[in-house]
Amino acid sequence: MKIYDAGKVIAGLIIFFVVFTFPVYYNHGKVEPAPKPSLETEKIQSLYEKNCVEDKATMRSGHMLLLDKWRDTVVRDRLRSYAGFKGTRFEMSLSNTCMDCHSNKEQFCDACHNYAGVTPYCWECHLTPKEMK
Amino acid sequence: MNVWMSLIVSLIAIGAVVVVGAIGGLVPALHPVFGVVIPYAALAVFILGFIWRVLRWAKSPVPFPIATTAGQQKSLPWIKQDKLENPSTRWQVVDRMILEIVLFRSLFRNTRMELYKENGKLTYGWQLWLWAFALAFHYSFLVVVLRHLRFFLDPIPLPVTLLESVDGFLQVGLPSVMISGFVLLGAVGYLLVRRLYVPFMRYISLPSDYFPLFLIASIAATGILMRYVVRVDVVGVRELTLGIATLNPVVPDGINFLFYIHLFLVCVLLAYFPFSKLMHLGGIFMSPTRNLRGNSREFRHVNPWNYPVKTHTYDEYEEEFRDRMIEAGLPVEKQPAESGSATDTESAEDSAE
Repeated sequence: MKIYDAGKVIAGLIIFFVVFTFPVYYNHGKVEPAPKPSLETEKIQSLYEKNCVEDKATMRSGHMLLLDKWRDTVVRDRLRSYAGFKGTRFEMSLSNTCMDCHSNKEQFCDACHNYAGVTPYCWECHLTPKEMK
Repeated sequence: MNVWMSLIVSLIAIGAVVVVGAIGGLVPALHPVFGVVIPYAALAVFILGFIWRVLRWAKSPVPFPIATTAGQQKSLPWIKQDKLENPSTRWQVVDRMILEIVLFRSLFRNTRMELYKENGKLTYGWQLWLWAFALAFHYSFLVVVLRHLRFFLDPIPLPVTLLESVDGFLQVGLPSVMISGFVLLGAVGYLLVRRLYVPFMRYISLPSDYFPLFLIASIAATGILMRYVVRVDVVGVRELTLGIATLNPVVPDGINFLFYIHLFLVCVLLAYFPFSKLMHLGGIFMSPTRNLRGNSREFRHVNPWNYPVKTHTYDEYEEEFRDRMIEAGLPVEKQPAESGSATDTESAEDSAE
């Protein structure tokens, strides 16, 4: 059977195909390997028990919630001490507690955030470790 | 099908999709099937089905200029043409199509006949809600789809990151709330409630109307759950989706089963798309009432498959029955006195033929 306005229809279908397969040729078939956040800092290596504030799974999926809670507690209630999951008390501070162990922001924070395209607004107020020095 | 049957059928269908997706997510052995095989199959069905459907439409002839003429057609030079509502050139058609696709202008003109209780008059009223929510629905869906490009493109292009920061500019909660997701769910909710609440909409609605709404609502809901409640491993998800996009599939461990439900729902949407009403994505470009020129005064359009019609004109009729017409006292155009010579010329014409 005849296709009416074949030129226009096929041009439209080519545009459709090109648009919907955009990711295939945009990436050139190369994949950036999934990041592994590095724990290779002097402070972490020197720890006897390598524990974070909460357990690994909670930290991995919920660190942003913890930081949000810390911010609100410190700013609104002036409370600075937080009981970790092992009973250890931590000072609720991104710069002094988190970044003390994880001083390698580029290999730790940024590794996943850049991969997933997340831009946390921590560093709009907080200084990055490098800037502090 | 009445409303209950339609609702039950589409809810069972969507329930089955969710259950199958959940099984695919909960059984690790099935992850390669649900994370790689089914997405590729769905994509293939979507692209090939889309092309097939468009080509099938293109096989239907459109012999007549049936553009909707919502304004003054091009006429005499001193009559002002409404170029947008009644385009006569290709570029004017392009203008009208762009505005139709971007702003849904024909939906904007939606009217409804209603009996006003205050004065008992039957009046056409302007119905703007459908247009407003349709616009909200389509644009939020577009933003959601474009935001998801961060899972499929590497490096993530700047426009995608910018769109995301605009979408989340309220900076409420962590991870920060993306407005588009909730607008999408709300607008789908409106479209569903409209179908169920307005009696004549309920009467004409079929499972093929409810199912896409439930499907898109479930996709939005699982997406929202994954972002704000369950918080799936985004790095793992991106590994999987980038693998799909680069044709190097990988199946990372530890992705929550909710992601597999979400992914399977999207696959069903893609595979269902070309065979459903959702195909208006392609159909809008193929609408003859929109993409044709309103030039029926400028050009004579003849049905291309008109066969030679057998005619019997009045002249021929009178020639055949003149004598009897005169006998019956009926008026004739040519008098029989001239008919002698007329017959001569006619026979001369006959011989000339």
